[in-house]
Amino acid sequence: MTKQEYALWAQQESPKSKGLGDILRAFLFGGLICVIGQLLIFFFENRGAGEMAPVFASACLVVLSAILTGINIYDNIAKYAGAGTLVPITGFANSMVSAAMEFKTEGFILGLGAKMFIIAGPVIVYGVSASVIYGIILFLLG
Amino acid sequence: MPKKIGSKTLLLTSSPSIIGYAAVGAKKEKQGPLADYFDYLSEDSSFGEKTWEKAETLMQKKAIELALQKCSVQKTDVDFLFAGDLLNQCIGSAYASRDMAMPFFGLYGACSTMSESLCLAAMFVDGQLANRCVAATSSHFCSAERQFRFPLEYGGQRTPTSQWTVTGSGACVVAPSKQAPYLRAVTVGTVADLGITDINNMGAAMAPAAAQTLCQFFSDTSTRPEDYDLILTGDLGFVGSRLLERMMQAEGYPMAKLHNDCGLMIYDRVKQDVHAGGSGCGCAASVLCSFILPQIACQRLKNVLFMATGALMSPTSNQQGESIPGIAHLLHISAFPNEKEAK
Repeated sequence: MTKQEYALWAQQESPKSKGLGDILRAFLFGGLICVIGQLLIFFFENRGAGEMAPVFASACLVVLSAILTGINIYDNIAKYAGAGTLVPITGFANSMVSAAMEFKTEGFILGLGAKMFIIAGPVIVYGVSASVIYGIILFLLG
Repeated sequence: MPKKIGSKTLLLTSSPSIIGYAAVGAKKEKQGPLADYFDYLSEDSSFGEKTWEKAETLMQKKAIELALQKCSVQKTDVDFLFAGDLLNQCIGSAYASRDMAMPFFGLYGACSTMSESLCLAAMFVDGQLANRCVAATSSHFCSAERQFRFPLEYGGQRTPTSQWTVTGSGACVVAPSKQAPYLRAVTVGTVADLGITDINNMGAAMAPAAAQTLCQFFSDTSTRPEDYDLILTGDLGFVGSRLLERMMQAEGYPMAKLHNDCGLMIYDRVKQDVHAGGSGCGCAASVLCSFILPQIACQRLKNVLFMATGALMSPTSNQQGESIPGIAHLLHISAFPNEKEAK
């Protein structure tokens, strides 16, 4: 049997992800998080936070996500929400807190400190790189 | 003395017995359909330890001690301990054997370790290199997740083909005896790789190795699937089992009705939400030592082909784009020491 033939068999026998359902749930949960964020922005604007309101709102979402991760709830929501909880800033917080919790047993420096970025690290690296490229393009065109 | 037949099968002419065996599991296994057959089930997956690695060590130690207790063998009377697990440098087994004072062979065969250790124990006893050997292995969901996937609390989704690592351990004491289950033959597997690279589809990666070993055994012994009551694979899960049955059908050995997989037995796949089934060294080990061996001992099952399957990749090889090599070792476990007594 060739690798190509086997790949076809493996594909035939492997159950598929529920495409539409997964997308819909991700949309609903992701949207819900954005609505919460927007409400927080309105709240802080009303309190006179001005331009800082979105920053405060982001900070609140990060803290909320960190707490939900710490009390073992976030991953249960994420199981249904999928990309809906992964993509917003809450997913970023979860990836750092979960890694920190996991590797705490290996010590605070080489465990928690170093491995905290094991999932979030690439997001930071490529996020910063992309913003640098964006900045250069903006500089050249502007 | 083992006698080679065909090209890769060894007949164990003295038919060593599994005189003692024990299975240990945790919370999720306790909720599964085989819970009643386990020797020890912990409500707490940490087994009261501070780290998952220590929990796994304790679990394996407990399985070995229970197996020895059940056949009244002292630790000092064990000639060799063959054990392995999934953790880096096999620390689960190494630390479990730290207080055992048994000559120790650490094995790595990924999820095939129960077959691998049992093959070696049986060959050592049959070859009169040892009087009593222990074969053991374990896996722990939490330590395996960390090693192969993501932190436990990370909010990722599992794919439908992914499997759930069993938190469990099994141990067998092998010695010459006049009591079933008897170990009659072994076929040591060769590595097979048909190019599967998806780390979340281990069943598909391992099925070709299982088919290869099974065909080798049937051809070496001139037997057919119908000559056995059960062909039991370790952790192919739903996807791998289907693929194995399809491949065996194509090879002229239809066996779908005789085949079962430990990964499909240990959990209720739908209710316990384990996607394609259970996996890990502890899957095959705990199902064999809890549910299967007692049935062979009381002759409800007479001839069983037990074949734990392993995926021999590491996170590093996978990230480097290598495909996943599979392995499967086979043991013929019987209620009778030879064909004459079977009749």
